[in-house]
Amino acid sequence: MVATIAARELRSLFLSPLAWSILAVTLFILAYLFLSQIEAYITLQPRLAALDGAPGVADIVVAPLFADAAVVLLLITPLVTMRVLSEERRNRTLSLLFSAPVTMTEIVVGKYLGVLSFFLILLGLLALMPLSLLAGTELDLGKLAAGMLGLILVVAAFAAIGVYMSSLTEQPTVAAVTTFGLLLLLWIIDWAGNGQLDGDNALAYLSMLRHYEPLLKGLFNSADVAYYLLLIVLFLGFSIRRLDATRLQP
Amino acid sequence: MSNQALVHIEHLTRYYSLTCAVSDVSFDLAKGEVLGFLGPNGAGKSSTMQMITGNLAPNAGQICIAGIDLLDQPKRAKQQIGYLPEQPPVYRELTVDEYLYYCARLNRIPRGNIAAAVTTAKDRCGLGDVGRRLIGNLSKGYQQRVGIAQAIIHNPAVVILDEPTVGLDPIQIREIRALICELGKEHGIILSTHILPEVQATCNRVQIIHHGKLVFADSTAGMEQQLNANSLIVAFNNAPDIDSLLQVSGVDHAEQLADGRIRIHYSDTDPAEALAEASVSRHWRLCELAPERRTLEQIFIELTCSETPLREDAA
Repeated sequence: MVATIAARELRSLFLSPLAWSILAVTLFILAYLFLSQIEAYITLQPRLAALDGAPGVADIVVAPLFADAAVVLLLITPLVTMRVLSEERRNRTLSLLFSAPVTMTEIVVGKYLGVLSFFLILLGLLALMPLSLLAGTELDLGKLAAGMLGLILVVAAFAAIGVYMSSLTEQPTVAAVTTFGLLLLLWIIDWAGNGQLDGDNALAYLSMLRHYEPLLKGLFNSADVAYYLLLIVLFLGFSIRRLDATRLQP
Repeated sequence: MSNQALVHIEHLTRYYSLTCAVSDVSFDLAKGEVLGFLGPNGAGKSSTMQMITGNLAPNAGQICIAGIDLLDQPKRAKQQIGYLPEQPPVYRELTVDEYLYYCARLNRIPRGNIAAAVTTAKDRCGLGDVGRRLIGNLSKGYQQRVGIAQAIIHNPAVVILDEPTVGLDPIQIREIRALICELGKEHGIILSTHILPEVQATCNRVQIIHHGKLVFADSTAGMEQQLNANSLIVAFNNAPDIDSLLQVSGVDHAEQLADGRIRIHYSDTDPAEALAEASVSRHWRLCELAPERRTLEQIFIELTCSETPLREDAA
């Protein structure tokens, strides 16, 4: 049942020009960033050759590319997730799901996986860029995999927050604005701790960026993964509660 | 709890903050019944239907669908329900076929049977030749039919239709009514409407809801009895005076109406025949003789208007 809902969600996304234009614009920008990182690598190459244990392509091209990709995705996630539930509410199609033999959990998880598969397609296309370097050079695949895992977790958390925000309102634009606000806040929340010693306060711990950076460096820390998984479960749980509450509206 | 009742509703109550939308509504629906739900706007028709279909949680009361408690086992109970809300819940970006396929999957129809179910539902609702068109491009009437097709695709025991004929042209209305009558043979149907002749045409039971309470519940046959007003309207070209009319056997009371016609009230025997005979023998030149019937409208208005002050006192 979850798969049915997810498949329809993904299909509806691709039936509107929105998904295609988001894919096109995002990939164009990421490709530009990718090429400029390669450019930087080529200029650095002579000096790197002289160094012992110099950073490789994965450090100089892939890590900055993925770091920038997370910021780009932060900007576009709200646009993809905004209509997930709010549009159903607005078009009164939610009652189709409510009167069908499916639970609220199946609805929310189905919708979430539908959106997430869109992002996985996007990330799959993005992954092809660094992989194409394999044709001409060696690549630290472990670092690439860690970075990719980090990016997937970040986007999965973004999408969960977006789905929740979309469950709160009938207006897709309101959902987009609030999602963007919350994502940005969670991204930069550690700035408040800048005066103190690095990384030891609660706000820094909440920051999504802080948990993403180690993965980019190829450092797999289960605490970071758990952070993202918790975030996803939390916001999906909120969405289920929220959807249940529409039946109980006072 | 009776097992044969498809829908069994007990003391259903729902508040919206302090306003009581539905108050202590109880009724049963058996297989083969078409129940018409009447009421003015805001009477609580839609709220009741939303509660029966699990779209709205009741504050109190019990709902059983085919013997399964909706609140305890929503998944099993909902398999027995097909619901068409006021606005057909269609996705405009899908084609009719895609949409119905999706609905069939949602209602857990086994994969092998889906194609057959979609075809049957399309045939029944006259959607045969629009299967490949986008729902968003269809007219309101066709969207409504897609909504009905969605409600019956999984062959549910109970079909609940909220104003199914709104926005349809007269021919489509006739087709939909015929469809409802046909569905009524094997399913239990609840339909809400404020088009009163529709109830007379399609339903075999009527309930009128007003300010959240059931104020009238009867079979259509019983209602027909209520509709007989025990009076005749007659007109003569050579009108006699009222007194001589009263002498005709069976006439209790006669009154002159403003347009020259006369209304004759009777209690037991219908004086129509006697009047015609009297007219011939006394040269009254009868030119019109019609039994007067109250319309459902009148009952509806009597019930819903006269009750208003009472209800407000109670509230």
